[in-house]
Amino acid sequence: MINKVVPSVQAAIEGVQDGQTFMLGGFGLCGIPENTITALVASGVKNLTCISNNAGVADFGIGLMLLEHQVKTMVASYVGENDVFEQQMLSGVLEVILTPQGTLAEKCRAAQAGIPAFYTPAGYGTEVAEGKETREFNGKMHLLETAYKADFAFVKAWKGDTAGNLIFKGTARNFNACMAGAATITVAEVEELVPAGHLDPNQIHIPGIMVQRIFQGTNYEKRIEQRTTRTKV
Amino acid sequence: MLDKNGIAKRIAQEVQDGYYVNLGIGIPTLVANFVREDISVEFQSENGVLGMGPFPFEGAEDADLINAGKQTITTLPGAAFFDSAMSFGMIRAKQVHLTILGAMEVAQNGDIANWKIPGVMVKGMGGAMDLVASADNIIVAMMHTNKKGDSKLLKRCSLPLTGVGCVKKIVTNLAVIEVTPEGFKLLERAPGVSVADIQAATEGQLIIPAVVPEIVVW
Repeated sequence: MINKVVPSVQAAIEGVQDGQTFMLGGFGLCGIPENTITALVASGVKNLTCISNNAGVADFGIGLMLLEHQVKTMVASYVGENDVFEQQMLSGVLEVILTPQGTLAEKCRAAQAGIPAFYTPAGYGTEVAEGKETREFNGKMHLLETAYKADFAFVKAWKGDTAGNLIFKGTARNFNACMAGAATITVAEVEELVPAGHLDPNQIHIPGIMVQRIFQGTNYEKRIEQRTTRTKV
Repeated sequence: MLDKNGIAKRIAQEVQDGYYVNLGIGIPTLVANFVREDISVEFQSENGVLGMGPFPFEGAEDADLINAGKQTITTLPGAAFFDSAMSFGMIRAKQVHLTILGAMEVAQNGDIANWKIPGVMVKGMGGAMDLVASADNIIVAMMHTNKKGDSKLLKRCSLPLTGVGCVKKIVTNLAVIEVTPEGFKLLERAPGVSVADIQAATEGQLIIPAVVPEIVVW
């Protein structure tokens, strides 16, 4: 067993530098690497390119990094719930590359799978297609999209073991499972870290080979963006 | 004229037994409330769940269980979770039978614009571009005109496109319309709405058959 455990979140982000490209897992605020984001804010690292489906909200998630002006370029599919983001985008401080969600996921997965590029129909005939190679397959037009190249992937899982194996819960799997192994260094934070052998190998979602560093996070807030309920009849 | 629930009720009639269905945000979300109970349907949410159920009871919300609108949800027996790449894999591979989404504009050739108003609203396309580029069966749920009273069924879209030539059917507060190579074909009209009303609210080419039945919702 190769031990992937690092002693702290500070050790987990060792080596982050200005100007790097980070992948951050999560969908909205669901399954975001909360501990890592807090440490990245404290580190003061800046001029970052961040690849994440969303940009958090003004006071949580990647929004905290935006408040400190750490992000130069944001790659996302939807950025609707963050006023700080909108101000920085409109004032030109922040470069934004809006990418169709399935294309964003596949650009991560392609990096994870060692595939340099792929064709997808998403965005054909729209401004997303500008400057991209197109090709017809089976009578339908497609765009050539390339795999992301990132220095770090920061993901969050429910359970993990000392070998780096990961299990996700519910819809918190989302982009976390696509980004693990898609960067030079993948850092996983987990709610519960157990010794190798304590997780059933049949239940592992991401094998430990995809993860270089793992640690158990603390004080998860797990904020809910849209709390919707029904009333008992 | 139909209200939002009326539009959702009419679209629910298009949902067939054995369908996997993706619902967009807004009116499309309401469709789940009106699907017949004697058929088997599963709802997909592109953030990674099939077998989505109703909202949770108060106190049972789970931050790790949301839909693509970031709302807390529940799952039904037979549900499954998966990652975002697999989610869009099943969409591109046409395993999802029906996509229902809203729109700002639809053109008579099936082009759709629903993600950006330059200089006013730039929130991103989310999964809409992937959905409209891949699904064979796309129904748009929307009001026939915008808040200024301008038609949303156009000869050509004026806003940045989400997808080209993809919309098959449109259900509005005024009518049910099929997108054909010749233009918008009027299939049904809402209760109390005349063909002339629909014509006046439609900027694109409207094809009017001899008989246009009234929409029946139950």
